[in-house]
Amino acid sequence: MILILSLCKEKLHELEFVKPIEKIVKENHLVKSYKDITMGDLKKADKVILSGTSLKDFDYLGDLDNFLWIKDFDKPLLGICAGMQVLVHHLGGELSRDDRSIIEHIEIGINTVKFNKTFLGIPKGKSEVYSLHRLGVGEIGKNFDVYAKSDKDIQAVKHKSKDIYGVLFHPEVYNHEVIEEFAKL
Amino acid sequence: MKLGVLFSGGKDSLYAAYLARKMGYEIVCLISINSENKESFMFHTPSIGKTEVQAGVMGIPLIVQRTKGEKEEELKDLKEAIKKAKENYEIEGVVTGAIGSIYQASRVQKICDELGIECFNPLWQKEESNYLDELLENGFEIILTGVFAYPLDEKWLFRKIDKDLIKEIKALAVKYKIHPAGEGGEYETFVLNCPLYSRGLKLTGKSVTKEGENSFRGEVEVK
Repeated sequence: MILILSLCKEKLHELEFVKPIEKIVKENHLVKSYKDITMGDLKKADKVILSGTSLKDFDYLGDLDNFLWIKDFDKPLLGICAGMQVLVHHLGGELSRDDRSIIEHIEIGINTVKFNKTFLGIPKGKSEVYSLHRLGVGEIGKNFDVYAKSDKDIQAVKHKSKDIYGVLFHPEVYNHEVIEEFAKL
Repeated sequence: MKLGVLFSGGKDSLYAAYLARKMGYEIVCLISINSENKESFMFHTPSIGKTEVQAGVMGIPLIVQRTKGEKEEELKDLKEAIKKAKENYEIEGVVTGAIGSIYQASRVQKICDELGIECFNPLWQKEESNYLDELLENGFEIILTGVFAYPLDEKWLFRKIDKDLIKEIKALAVKYKIHPAGEGGEYETFVLNCPLYSRGLKLTGKSVTKEGENSFRGEVEVK
């Protein structure tokens, strides 16, 4: 079972940021808000996807302690946009004292990104992605490798020793293969 | 939360508004853009003048903003209309009927961001194959008011979306690679009745303008 965690504050935004992930995943999945998950849900899940949020929704940043379970999670995990920020924040390891894991930078629309390695179905080289974010990832710490960058932002990361992936762009809109490949892990 | 709906009078903006209302959000105004450019990539144009009648049966105030429809100017006009909605009705967010157009959605996202309000796209990336059935199940009475792609022709104008039409359009979608819900601009619609209306609208007149080999624009009169 794939557990899809909604990071959205507004229920209406789940139709936009969570429903499209469900449409791609298709198979057995469960949707829950990050505020409502239990250890039982995490135990039952084979994989977890953390959704993105709207441009004005930062509630999850005030609730970072709700995601502490990520530190011990040993199954595949994919963080999209806000979800990626949370992953890097908790798993980056030895971030600087003025933790720059989450930084402000807005991007809206299609951007060109350079992948330095194959990443969940996206080949090495330039690819177009769909961006919708006000915050990005500044410092990733020692536990992640950068797989893709745009002119301004880190766009895709993978944990060095675990099946943990983060994308700043929105593969539920464009580049569905990222979610399809993740679901096959 | 108080929301304004970007409102064309067609199925997508009305269904998006319906979903927002159903989830407990308050729709405090409708915002219609009346574009002189019938080819606008941003705005649905057929029968836009009838949005006033639709707003009337919903009992929701309507802001109509005229635009010449020139590429960047129409975005300024849209921003002006949303700004008016924010000032006059204190909206905290905008609802759109965008399904798949990154071009349209990104532009509305940018405007909302500049104005400091939320942007909601409840139909975003919606599964097209069952969408028309979902509209019927939820009590939407819809007619086609424009057809703009082969093999659709004048015979399709003013047809009601019912089970027969859905069957036919799904077959054409497979054969001719058109979007069954018209997301690629293959057709435009007008909603005669839905759960947001206090009563259904009656079609009292119609006219057709042929704009090309497979391009027919309909105008309706309703009351």
